[in-house]
Amino acid sequence: MPMPTIQSIAGELEPHPDVALVARVRGGDVSAYDVLVRKYERQLFRIAQHITQNREDAEDVMQDAFLKAYEKLEQFQGNSKFYTWLVRIAVNESLMRLRKRRTGKMVSIDEDIETEEGSVPRDLADWAPDPEQNYNQAELAEILRKTIQGLPQGFRIVFVLRDVEGLSTEETAETLGLSIPAVKSRLLRARLQLRERLSRYFHRNKRISEARTAK
Amino acid sequence: MTCKEFLALLDDLIDDTVSPEMRAELQTHLGRCGHCEVILNTTRKTIEIYRSHEIYDLPAGLRDRLHSAIMARCKKGC
Repeated sequence: MPMPTIQSIAGELEPHPDVALVARVRGGDVSAYDVLVRKYERQLFRIAQHITQNREDAEDVMQDAFLKAYEKLEQFQGNSKFYTWLVRIAVNESLMRLRKRRTGKMVSIDEDIETEEGSVPRDLADWAPDPEQNYNQAELAEILRKTIQGLPQGFRIVFVLRDVEGLSTEETAETLGLSIPAVKSRLLRARLQLRERLSRYFHRNKRISEARTAK
Repeated sequence: MTCKEFLALLDDLIDDTVSPEMRAELQTHLGRCGHCEVILNTTRKTIEIYRSHEIYDLPAGLRDRLHSAIMARCKKGC
């Protein structure tokens, strides 16, 4: 009886399901592209919205990114994940869209980045358990939107790709053309800044809850 | 370990990319520093909240419209 191969034991070496879909599209099967679009359209829309901060732009970027990916599918090497490749196209389209809006002004992911390294956070009071339950869905979404929109663009994109969309540090670096130490440094500062900004909402509410309980 | 040194490794702790020895050092610091414990817990919570809440929703109607537009263009050869 043949021994199982290393590849059959290690599931991570199995080809990603997208590889077969991409091959079908290359062979002329447009319905396979339909599956890929369905799979990733929400993620691409979110990324575009986070970068452009404009709903119409995000809609356009999402469409343009999928069309560009379809046109350029022959150029997809397969040495990165299809999703990562797609995200890179969407990030570039989003930055181009921003440049169009701010004519004459260069837009890059280095914009607004302070060079000073993060210091020890000041606000150190703890949050209430499950603090988001003090808000309804719409209020919470507004708080989360406002908070993340206040981050410098270069921090925001790294946080979104790495923590929200689940790209690895290496994939984020490759997508944004940054070094791995730069991604790590931005991610730490993004996380700490978001934490500090969210603390304002979650503390205040905690105190309100306590005041209500004390009455 | 100082709080600043702890913070420099905060992401590695959260992302579970620290060596067992370093993890033990970080845990020792946490055991005697309530401030860093709060920072660790609330930073984890921050990430979790952003992961679990859809803040830019794509309504089904709009999603279908955009999807159809993309596929129509692709079928025409873009």
